[in-house]
Amino acid sequence: MKKISINLNGETRVVHVEPEETLLSVLRNKLGITSPKCGCDRGDCGACAVLLNGRSVRSCLVLAMETDSQKIVTVEGISQNGLTQVQNAMLDMNAFQCGYCAPGIIISATELLENNSNPNLEEIKEALSGNLCRCSGYLPILEAVKESVKEDSHE
Amino acid sequence: MNDLKYVGKPSVRIDGKEKISGATKYTEDIEYGPNLHYAAIVESTEAHAKIVNIDTSEAEKVSGVVGIYTGKDFPFKFGLYMKDRFIFAMDTVNYVGQQIAAVVARDEKTAQKAAKLVKVKYEPLPAIFDQMEAFKDDATIIHPNLGNYEHVPWFFPQANTNIAHWRKTRRGDVKKGFDDADFILEDNYSVPRYSHCPLENHAAVGLCDLSDRLTIWASSQSPHTQRNLFAESLAPLGFSHKDIRVIAPPIGGGFGGKAGVSMEILAAALATKVKGKPIKILWSREQEFYNTSQRQGLLAKIKIGAKKDGTFTAIDHRLYWDTGASAEYGANVVNAVGLSAIGPYRFKNISIDSVCLYTNLPPCGAYRGFGYSEFMFGLESHINRIANELNIDPVEIRKKNAIRENDTLAYGVAMNPNGLLECIDKVAEKIKWKEKHKTKDINTKVGKGFSLIWKAPAMPPNASSAAFLKFSEDGSINILVSGMDMGQGYLTVMAQIAAEILKVPLSKIRTENPDTDRNPYEWQTVASHVTWSCGNAVRKAAINARNQIFDVVSRTLYLSKDMLYLEDEKVKCKTKKNFELPLKDFVINGIQAEDSTFKGGPIMGHGLFMPEYTSANSDPETSQGGHPNVHYTVGAAAISLEVDKDTGEIHIEKAVEAIDVGKAINPSLVNGQITGGLLQGLATVLYEDMRFDDKGKMLNPNFTDYKIPTAKDVPDEIVPIIVEVPQPDGPFGARGVGEHTMIPAAPMIANAVDDALGIRIKSMPITKEKIALTYLKKEK
Repeated sequence: MKKISINLNGETRVVHVEPEETLLSVLRNKLGITSPKCGCDRGDCGACAVLLNGRSVRSCLVLAMETDSQKIVTVEGISQNGLTQVQNAMLDMNAFQCGYCAPGIIISATELLENNSNPNLEEIKEALSGNLCRCSGYLPILEAVKESVKEDSHE
Repeated sequence: MNDLKYVGKPSVRIDGKEKISGATKYTEDIEYGPNLHYAAIVESTEAHAKIVNIDTSEAEKVSGVVGIYTGKDFPFKFGLYMKDRFIFAMDTVNYVGQQIAAVVARDEKTAQKAAKLVKVKYEPLPAIFDQMEAFKDDATIIHPNLGNYEHVPWFFPQANTNIAHWRKTRRGDVKKGFDDADFILEDNYSVPRYSHCPLENHAAVGLCDLSDRLTIWASSQSPHTQRNLFAESLAPLGFSHKDIRVIAPPIGGGFGGKAGVSMEILAAALATKVKGKPIKILWSREQEFYNTSQRQGLLAKIKIGAKKDGTFTAIDHRLYWDTGASAEYGANVVNAVGLSAIGPYRFKNISIDSVCLYTNLPPCGAYRGFGYSEFMFGLESHINRIANELNIDPVEIRKKNAIRENDTLAYGVAMNPNGLLECIDKVAEKIKWKEKHKTKDINTKVGKGFSLIWKAPAMPPNASSAAFLKFSEDGSINILVSGMDMGQGYLTVMAQIAAEILKVPLSKIRTENPDTDRNPYEWQTVASHVTWSCGNAVRKAAINARNQIFDVVSRTLYLSKDMLYLEDEKVKCKTKKNFELPLKDFVINGIQAEDSTFKGGPIMGHGLFMPEYTSANSDPETSQGGHPNVHYTVGAAAISLEVDKDTGEIHIEKAVEAIDVGKAINPSLVNGQITGGLLQGLATVLYEDMRFDDKGKMLNPNFTDYKIPTAKDVPDEIVPIIVEVPQPDGPFGARGVGEHTMIPAAPMIANAVDDALGIRIKSMPITKEKIALTYLKKEK
């Protein structure tokens, strides 16, 4: 058991972790953060994605110990001052159905838009291709990301 | 009907913000407290074997283990339509992965570690992995007690065989029909097993407190049906329905896989042994693949006769289903297809045999489409081939034979009003059916494929829905129902229906997730029936509340009830222009009368719906005489693709799908069903395939080896088309749509590949490898 200190959604959190504990498990079971989901536990589905120092990672593949002193953002953090533009576009366009994959997809879309303010369709597909969604057929999600960029350009 | 304000509008989902902000609490996200325990499952490594001994001694020594339980602790059968399952394997195991024992411990790791130490000694029995082997006279019998199983009256299991059910439908004179034909085509089509793959795995938590109150939280499509099955199965332990409470938090996808009961019964049963402690069972992704329910495999033998002009004269459709080790749910899929395997076509001479066969593979059950995707692959492929043989356009042959309102269905009942021809025409137009275009790449060929859509809800004849609706002080509304929003938008659609009747905006309505203690009855959220069935119940509940509102206003303020109406959250009066009474002024606290007393009280509507015209009783040899289905939803779809003749790589340029939904309560959500369902269907034909080794073990239980589509695998364009020919008994004319959207995907790919390359692939999936090899063989 080791004590680690992380910056989680802007707040310093201190937690004791076992060497084999994943970041996903610690977020969900020890820190009360439930938006990252465990869909496969082997990095296939992307439902557990979080931002680690601004880059999206699959938290089921990251050991919690490795994140000591690092900055982690989840959808709880992204949403804490209201929905972002891309979240609002997803909401308005009924982009998600069951919503289980939504946190992971929002993480991927957020990372994309941080680095590329005007991505084209292929770039959006590429950025979201690590997140499985079984309900939507993806098109409404891709359109929502596109739409949010369009609104951006009007500002 | 013309001035609808809420129904028919593409409203934003009422649970949208919850989902997009990460706030939604799925079953696994709920806090169950520091006393939470975990169960790990000991699974069979054999496909068919006698259990000689279960040695738990080493596992018991592990510190932290609270208890180890086996079949002996729960000698109770369960099942939805046929009680052919035990909670844990009793004397024999019937598939690899079947649960044999459970270890309960204070933490997950300890439970899993101890479960690995449980030693099971088996005596192997011959195993069957192919339904046609199971059908043979000398086959090993998988369920020797089949003759004694309790089942619904419309199943016909055959004792001392592997036939769990055989649905026969006969109408007209099939021999004469084939004699009258100018052309007969006969062939076989096969469909493998598929997995639902909801992103959220099955999860259940059971708590039996020290007063014997049993609560189960489950990721479920069927909270009331689960409570009923738990109560039936655990009745020997003294539980009745009132003692059992099923809470169904939002679910991360279902697709039929969370209908009925599967692993949830473990949480219920184990909780009764470890009282006062909540026990969590989470299926891993692997378990989600091999031990929930799967879609049944099918071998279909189709024979159709036609006149030179394309008119169909007879159909003989024989369907052999691999239902796996248990048929408690799968046999009803077989039954549904046995009644409907004519497709949306006018056939006067009909013979259908739909045979449900036990095998030693995992149990199968409901999967979006409920058998129709499977048989429509063969049927719609076959019809395309007949058109080509007769030199008739595939769209024209479908139009010529398309079923019309009041045509007689296979079981002798009249077809409901429908817009099938409108769907066909609209799809043909949008896909530019007659136009052929070429590609620049000489290796690439272009093809178009067409398919019709057809499905009825498969339900017991008395499946019902109920709704409560209650106001709060500010005039906002909570609707209590027990359908599940698995993503299709049910909660929103119920709110739109209530909003329309009560003239209250959606922003002031919540629809609650099921809790069997609080919310009224719903059979299950399956069969694409909740918009229609529960929508009717909510509509009636809203009308009931409106009547209560008019009643108290009328008797307190002396206004004629007939003159009252609702508008903008107010009661208004046709004959008294200045009168308006906001709902919030009285829906809880009543109306003050002239004498300063108060009249009325909290407004609470209730409504229920049961189709009172259905019956499952019919002649077992012909299926004539009953009224098993409430209605069919129909539609059409087409696809335009490019295929590389050397690699088999398919690129889908455009897919068009039109469905007659009766009335789209929320067109945005209907479009969502079309886009999502179509891609799920395309995945079954292009990528997915369950593989088992020769010992019955699934080889690809993960997303690396069982590929489901990513954002990069979508068609360039999907065009959804909504057709609205009202369903007479639907709320605002609505009928179901959820499952239908994936049905045309496989046959239209098969037909488009044939159109492009001149090769007919008769087994799913149609992978690029299969296309390339088949084309190579043809060129040789």
